[in-house]
Amino acid sequence: MAPSFEQLSEQDLHEEEEEEIDFSDLKAQFEVKADEGLDTFVVIDGLPVVPEDSKQKLIKFLLRKLNTVGNTSEDAVFMPVSDKGMSEGFAFVEYETPEQAVAAVKQLHGVPLDKKHTLAVNKLMDIERYGREGRVDEEYQAPPVEPFKEKEHLRSWMGDSSARDQFALYRNDKVGVFWNNKSNPPENVVDRAHWTQLFVQWSPKGTFLASVHPQGVQLWGGASFSKQKQFPHPFVQLIEFSPLEGYLTTWSARPIQVEEGQPILTNDEDGKNIIVWDIESGKPLRSFTSHDLAAPPTVDEDVAPKKKVQWPAFKWSADEKYVARMLQGQSLSIYEVPNMNLVGRTSVKIEGVSDFEWSPATVTREGVKQYEQLLCFWTPEIGSNPARVAMMSVPSKEIVRTRNLFNVSDVKLHWQSQGAYVCVKVDRHSKSKKSMATNLEIFRVKEKGVPVEVVDSLKDTVINFAWEPNGSRFVLITTGEAPAGAAVGPRTGVSFFATEKKGSTAGNFKLVRTVEKKTSNGIYWSPKGRFVIVATVHSQSSFDLDFYDMDFEGEKVEAEKDLAANLQLMKTVEHYGVTDVQWDSTGRYVVTSASVWTHSMENGWNLHTFSGQTLSENPTEKFKQFLWRPRPATFLSKEEQKQVRKNLREYSKEFDEEDKYAVDIANTAVVETRKRVLSEWVAWIRREKEIQAEEKDVFGLPEDADSPKHARDAPIGGSDEAEAVVEEIVEEIIEETEEVIG
Amino acid sequence: MRPILLSGHERSLTQIRFNRDGDLIFSVSKDKIVCAWWSANGERLGTYNGHQGAVWTVDVSPNTVLLATGSADNTVRLWNIKTGDCVKVWDFPTAVKRVAFSPDGSQLLAVTEKRMGFLGTIAVLDINYGENLEDQAAEPSLKITCEDSKATVAGWSFLAKYIIAAHEDGSVSQYDPKTGDQLLNVQVHEFDHQINDIQFSPDRTSFITASKDKSAKLLSARDLNILKTYPADTPLNSASITPKKDYVILGGGQAAMDVTTTSARQGKFEARFYHKVFEDEIGRVRGHFGPLNTIDVHPSGTAYASGGEDGYVRVHHFDKSYFDFMYEVEREQMRK
Repeated sequence: MAPSFEQLSEQDLHEEEEEEIDFSDLKAQFEVKADEGLDTFVVIDGLPVVPEDSKQKLIKFLLRKLNTVGNTSEDAVFMPVSDKGMSEGFAFVEYETPEQAVAAVKQLHGVPLDKKHTLAVNKLMDIERYGREGRVDEEYQAPPVEPFKEKEHLRSWMGDSSARDQFALYRNDKVGVFWNNKSNPPENVVDRAHWTQLFVQWSPKGTFLASVHPQGVQLWGGASFSKQKQFPHPFVQLIEFSPLEGYLTTWSARPIQVEEGQPILTNDEDGKNIIVWDIESGKPLRSFTSHDLAAPPTVDEDVAPKKKVQWPAFKWSADEKYVARMLQGQSLSIYEVPNMNLVGRTSVKIEGVSDFEWSPATVTREGVKQYEQLLCFWTPEIGSNPARVAMMSVPSKEIVRTRNLFNVSDVKLHWQSQGAYVCVKVDRHSKSKKSMATNLEIFRVKEKGVPVEVVDSLKDTVINFAWEPNGSRFVLITTGEAPAGAAVGPRTGVSFFATEKKGSTAGNFKLVRTVEKKTSNGIYWSPKGRFVIVATVHSQSSFDLDFYDMDFEGEKVEAEKDLAANLQLMKTVEHYGVTDVQWDSTGRYVVTSASVWTHSMENGWNLHTFSGQTLSENPTEKFKQFLWRPRPATFLSKEEQKQVRKNLREYSKEFDEEDKYAVDIANTAVVETRKRVLSEWVAWIRREKEIQAEEKDVFGLPEDADSPKHARDAPIGGSDEAEAVVEEIVEEIIEETEEVIG
Repeated sequence: MRPILLSGHERSLTQIRFNRDGDLIFSVSKDKIVCAWWSANGERLGTYNGHQGAVWTVDVSPNTVLLATGSADNTVRLWNIKTGDCVKVWDFPTAVKRVAFSPDGSQLLAVTEKRMGFLGTIAVLDINYGENLEDQAAEPSLKITCEDSKATVAGWSFLAKYIIAAHEDGSVSQYDPKTGDQLLNVQVHEFDHQINDIQFSPDRTSFITASKDKSAKLLSARDLNILKTYPADTPLNSASITPKKDYVILGGGQAAMDVTTTSARQGKFEARFYHKVFEDEIGRVRGHFGPLNTIDVHPSGTAYASGGEDGYVRVHHFDKSYFDFMYEVEREQMRK
């Protein structure tokens, strides 16, 4: 059952392809090499039948055609003549090189010679191989039609009656998929040893689970997690799915070496690092060599800049129609999918381009008729030109909005999940380059003319920023300068921002509150918004997780009454050595985990509810990865969702009852097993005693054979029976007085 | 449950034993000294001096007359508990890792280390309690050689019917103490995970093993069947069965050489209490700041002592709540 790549033989790996793909051409190529000499010959069929006299004429006429693809001569054409003095309608031709022969087959086959005759060009080797007697059946035999095999439903997990979520767990060398059962132990779906070599990854809508092996990427799916697709990218290290699961990008540090007989990869892939695959067909769309990210410019020229892989190298537009890659500092290449041609046949030259991000959704913009995909990019200051952030519309490549910035050290682009806003986080240095500050420039993409709002500059540098999914609030973490040589990191401040309430449109962004003197560095929003966890991860000394509610249903602080938020800290939880925080896609549960990839202390994962109540703690040896299975978008319309929300109480009643029932069942089961175990134990003891008594009889030993041999010993120690009472006399000097008598 | 801290050793503890009455505690450590303590208040009664190397093991004769110790100086010494005199020294070719008196005290077994071309052995010595305690047999009455995997610890079953030995490879074997034949050998723990301790139940029909594979197992002495398994999250050095209440106490912790940080939290230096029958973890007792090397329980089940790599012995007398705690099913059983 263990489906590791190691145990899969070559044959296993290619079994599907072997059924579907005809290797004969490849094999033919291969065999030709063994049979040196004959591969320069081609056989030409379909020639007119002419008398011997006019044979030379025909050959000359034919040579004109033959020489268009290679070099041959009159002597090299042999046209047999029958007993009747007529040509046979075919000829043998020798070319100078095998390549020319191949070219002749490719280009001349099926080419009309004149109105009546069409050339049929085949390699002599092929005629030998296939044309021999007995090799081809005289009668046509229809290929057998494979009986239809029902494939497993790829979304079967969505049909769970209690709407539970699945997750993948990678620990030690085993990968398992489980159902989340709240505080009860998770229910196993599959558990396989050596399922992956490097890591596992879900596709963005949860359809496939990808495992990564030296031979390539494998996708698994369906109720039993059977093999679905294979992408044989040798020594693949990183993978990335497109947002709608149509395509897969794979990367290996080592350039691909295409081996002979590889059915999927062609010579096009040779020497490349990146392949963009079509998941449906399992074929590569196009392959690329990777650009290494230029290291930050160093003053010291001698130091070789450290190479860094740019990942994801290819970024997908929300509708999956375009994929783009940046050549650091030079250009953006936007490809159309699936033909993988550059949009407008050229890359977009942008001097100094440092980073870009696609809008995660197709944005409906005011005053624009045709909604196109948007992407945002920025360029640093070059010479006297200011730094620039710009928004481009694709495919028209029109720049929608640009903004110039000064004294910029770094820029980070954060799209809100619906593409309604882009927050441009600008790290600015003072003129002396001694102190740093951060500006937030928020592009309101949906509004006419894309106005930009500047949020008051923050004195400290912002180390993390996150938008509320589908919302218009965000959280950021600021930090002061780290004291040099300090063991603990600098204190951080967590700031919550929301819009002012202002009719139907969102007002300006305003600070709600700042929580100072934290150590937090990670922001994890619930995928449904409203709840957010601010955590300290990857830290040696602190590991707290603060669960916040942004729409607390209680009293509101007076000063914040104009803001569309009511911030409340719900709970603080600690998880020693936490490295990752992950919400399930419904926003009901959160898993915090400590992975052995980061450190080897107390690895494992804990399950919490959205409000910070810990449901279970699962210390796991060599724990590596915990991944919630993503869910596809809901089919319910907005109205239907509203309806569900309205009747939530009734629905939840049903589920509460189910839960209660399950708990009852579980409790009874526990009590029953305990009863059974206890009676078994008591029975075992009784039986042992009986056997022992019998043995004593047999050996003729006294009842107290095991007790110490008092008779032979010096009498020592107290009696065995009554519990000994130890009397201890403790003297304490309460007072000491000294009197001089006399 | 305020512990009594016995701080008389200068190096890590290797074994602790209560005597049969439970009023005395004997502790041995790598500092070559054997200490005797009053269990009630932790006052030191005295020391037994003479060993030239780390003392690995100690056992008290059932009548609290003689004390046997085994040491890295390749000797087993027999002491007169009352006077503190060394009454007998047996020399072995290698270090002695475990000594144990038979249930009636008439025999003593000694487990010797495999080293310098010598295979590990289990030697049985006859013990004499006559007028003159110095009058002891010079040679072992039996020698069992462990050909495959060396024995690490050993003990006597009920009626001294079997010698049970646990091995370096994680297996447990049963020997006939009369002939020295191996009767059974069962791989109970993960292969190549050493078993560090075995201790018997008061009636010696079952015993508990503590292994490096992070689990302890309760086995039947008669057929070596695994009765219960107690999984822990750290390598175990010692395990003990409590009389009176159906619990087991496990002790261990990340070995010092494997600890990357010095944080006590990470080391898991806690004594763990499990329910013997239901295999549930009931509680933990903290306090040591090094791995727990040895645990022993008061024969009447009212206290336990643990000795750690940190050089301390901690004696805990149980509170009322310890004795009151009961599972609902146990209570039902009682009522019947």
